[in-house]
Order: sequence, then C-alpha cells, then structure tokens
Amino acid sequence: MNGIGLWTLLRKEILRFWKVLLQTVAAPVLTALLYLLVFAQALEGRVEVYPGVAYSVFLIPGLAMMSILQNAFANSSSSLIQSKITGNIAFILIAPLSHLEFLLAYLLAAALRGLLVGAGVLLAGFWVVDLPLAYPLWVLVWACLAALAFAAIGVIAGIWADKFDHLSGVQNFIILPLTFLSGVFYSIHSLPPFWLAVSQANPVFYMIDGFRYGFFAQADVSPWLGLAVALPFTLILCGVAMQLIMRGYKLRH
Amino acid sequence: MEFANSSDVGCPVFPAVELTGLSKRYRQVEALRGVNLTIAEGEFFALLGPNGAGKTTLINILAGLTRATRGQARVLGFDVRNHYLEARRRLGVVPQELVFDPFFSVREALQFQSGYFGLAHNTAWIDELIARLGLSDKADTNMRQLSGGMKRRVLVAQALVHKPPVIILDEPTAGVDVELRQSLWAFIRELNRAGHTILLTTHYLEEAQQLCNRVAMLRQGEIVALDTTANLMASSDSLEAAFVRIMAQ
Ligand SMILES: Nc1ncnc2c1ncn2[C@@H]1O[C@H](COP(=O)(O)OP(=O)(O)OP(=O)(O)O)[C@@H](O)[C@H]1O
Ligand SMILES: [Mg+2]
Repeated sequence: MNGIGLWTLLRKEILRFWKVLLQTVAAPVLTALLYLLVFAQALEGRVEVYPGVAYSVFLIPGLAMMSILQNAFANSSSSLIQSKITGNIAFILIAPLSHLEFLLAYLLAAALRGLLVGAGVLLAGFWVVDLPLAYPLWVLVWACLAALAFAAIGVIAGIWADKFDHLSGVQNFIILPLTFLSGVFYSIHSLPPFWLAVSQANPVFYMIDGFRYGFFAQADVSPWLGLAVALPFTLILCGVAMQLIMRGYKLRH
Repeated sequence: MEFANSSDVGCPVFPAVELTGLSKRYRQVEALRGVNLTIAEGEFFALLGPNGAGKTTLINILAGLTRATRGQARVLGFDVRNHYLEARRRLGVVPQELVFDPFFSVREALQFQSGYFGLAHNTAWIDELIARLGLSDKADTNMRQLSGGMKRRVLVAQALVHKPPVIILDEPTAGVDVELRQSLWAFIRELNRAGHTILLTTHYLEEAQQLCNRVAMLRQGEIVALDTTANLMASSDSLEAAFVRIMAQ
C-alpha cells in the first residue's frame, strides 16, 4: 500500500478545485439558490408535497442532492479528461500507484467537492427557511453514497471520453435526465403511471428520496429499500471504473 | 552528493531491462516486431533509429504507458504488467513529449512526483535536482511560464526524483541549449558511475557515440544492429556513418 502516493494524488485532486473555489463550489451553490428562488416563487402555496411542508422547504434537499451529483461528476470527469488531453496523466500512470489507489484518489476528491457544494446549498437553506433535520445520519449516508456514485460515473466518463464534447454528451444525455426524472422538484407520486415507473427504475430517485427522509422523516419509499437499490448501484459503478483502470482502457494505449 | 545504490534496490542477478519477443501493433501499424533485448545493470545504452522506428513505443511499454501486444518487458526482473508496482519504483522516465501540469510551480511538480512514489521527505534531493539542472531561479515559477528547454529540464528532474536505478531518457536533449546539454550529460554520467543504468534515445549520434557503451539500432520495429559502440564503429569513422550504412542495408 502506497499511502503517501494515494494521499499525494488525493491532495493534488483536491487542490485542483480548491485553487478555484469560486468556480467549483461557490458558483454551483449560487445556481442551486437561483433554482430555489425561481421555483419556490412560482409554486409556493400551490403545491404541497408533504403535509405541512412548504414547497420551498421541500425543494431544498432535492436541490442540494442535485448539486452533489452534478459536481461530483464534473470533478472526476473533467480532471481526467484534462490530464489525458494535456498528457500529464503520464506522471500518474508511471508512478507506483495501484489501480485501487488511483481510483480512490479520483473518487474521494470528486465526492468531497460534491459534498462541499451540497453543504453550501443546505447551509443557505437552513439560513433562508426553517428546514427540519430529522435524521442527520441518513442525510450523511445518502449524501456520501450519491457523491461516490456520481464520482464513479465521472471517472468512467473521463476515461472513456476523448474530448470535452463527449463529457457534455454524458452530462446532457445521462446525468441531467437521471437527476430530473428523480423527483428533485416533485414527489414522483404526482406523476402519471408511465413516468412513475420510469422514476422508480432510476436509482437517483432513491438517493433523493432517502436524503429527503433524513430531513422530513417522510418519503415516498423506505430509506432501507432505497439503500437496497442505491448501494449495489454505487458499488457496480465503482466496480466498472475499477475494471477500466485495471485494463488500462484509453489510459495505457 | 548521495545517489541511490542500485544494487540495494534491484536484485543483481537480473538484468536492468529485459525484453523478450516484444511486439506492439496499433491498428494497421506494427510498431514493434518481436524485439529481444537485454541491458545489464550499469550500462549506458543507446537506442537509435529513424523517426517512427518504435523507440518511444518500446520505452512506453517499459514505463507502463503502453501495453505490449505480445511478449514481455521486465525491469530488474519485475514484469511491467504482473509486478507493475515493483517495476515502476525502479524506473525513471523522461518522456519525449513536453508534458507538464499547468497547476504547479517547478518545485511543486517535483514534490508531487516524489509523493506519488511514496517519498514524503525528499526536500534535500529535490533541491539538489533543481540546482543541478539549472532551475534554481525558476523553482517557484509556474510550469506554464517556462520555456521549452526549461520544461525539458523539469521532466528530467521529475524522472530522477525517486533516484531510480534504471533511467530512461527519450530524446532528453531535443530543444535544449548547448550549456545544459553538457551539464545534463555530465550529471547523467555521474549517475551512471554511481551504478544507475541509463537507456537513452537521441537523434544526435555524436552524443550516443561519446556516452554509450552499447547501442541498439531499431528500424521499423526490428533491431537491425546490436553491439558495443566500439565494434559498430570499427569499420566507420563515426557512429553516424555506421548508422547510415546499417539503415541503408
Ligand atoms: N498511439 C498511437 N497510435 C497509433 N500509432 C502509433 C501510436 N504511437 C505510435 N504509433 C506509430 O508507431 C510507430 C512507432 O512510433 P514511435 O513513436 O515508437 O517511434 P519513434 O522511434 O519514437 O520515433 P521518433 O524518433 O519520431 O520519436 C510509428 O509508425 C507511429 O506512427
Ligand atoms: Mg520517439
């Protein structure tokens, strides 16, 4: 185990977004708050998803989760493609880092960025509205699991992509539909049967639903059922990322 | 000055580099065709060949940046696929391409590279590398702001940061001024005398002639000549003349 090597790569990956926190953390928090402002303004009073929970309050955990997912994905995918395009990934590829150490460094740094953005959105939420926090542990579990899953998708996409266009493709055709069809803005029970079924097949739905359960102590499904879906989903994604790294797919030509 | 003693890192019964039946195919191109090559510990070895002969491909396979289609590559007895961690710890590579991480200064680049190799407290050696490669007044300059030759020096320093017993330099003097070229070779010679094995590629054949005890010539992925520098030059005035003659055959 090359602990120093892992720590060095992790530190480099963290530094990469830390040096530009305004772009990598502050900007996405602001984006989420703009969503909140617009949707809450438009729908406040008209929609009540959970009894006794105002729409703006309902919306905040979903927005925080959406920010976690998108930023975890953005971090690992953009870092990998940048290093591939500039060629400086060679410095890491020639180092005695195991496949697992390589994967962990990218996953953890990306998850951390996602969690920082999520924390920013929630802090703003606690400050603006009266957001309850029923089960902090569930909140933490779901935040970490979701961050990890999308960090892994980012690793997979970053390895697979040859140019930034490919990443925006993944962003637009996979990440965005997954997050929007997951009940960020609504309870999926308000959907027509077809879209309800689609949403129920979407692992991200369970992530957002479980996350919300941590705040409101009520949700569409049990968080344990959610875990039974989201945990294997995350592990499979990490496994796929690990496989690509072990094979050297598009890394070691 | 302290250099790693290569004999306490690698097992002396194994050659520094051992290639057996090494082949590499990129779609249509056969970059390497069954190369067999053994480089002993302590050698100063030149790998020569025209553009596209397969030199970089061979080096990248040793470094783990490229995977061979067939055959094996070993560094001090460690297979670059099956024992990649051990092999990589023993190898320092100066790549042909001028790659760099624009996030770092020179010193940071060296500190991070050192860290990847598991070395946390390496400041003295990093300082020495910076001084020996004439980078002292650029140590805190961002990599982006360096000239091409300066970037090349940093690449050399990065390859040496973990004092590898086997050092591979892929055209290290391309785009480097006369003064550094001389000081760089003096430095590499010193490392070689201290027991480090050197494998280099260059298109400046007089460099190879002066420095290397043995030479392999590669043409279209095949070794077409492999001998001591002295023997290759026996019937020619210079290594360059021998190279031209052999390549014309
Ligand atoms: N990634 C790649 N994809 C496809 N073909 C490649 C790739 N890398 C190298 N080649 C081909 O393999 C052959 C050997 O290339 P290589 O870079 O090893 O040559 P070289 O001896 O280092 O040449 P030079 O002196 O120009 O550096 C060339 O025909 C080259 O076009
Ligand atoms: Mg080359």
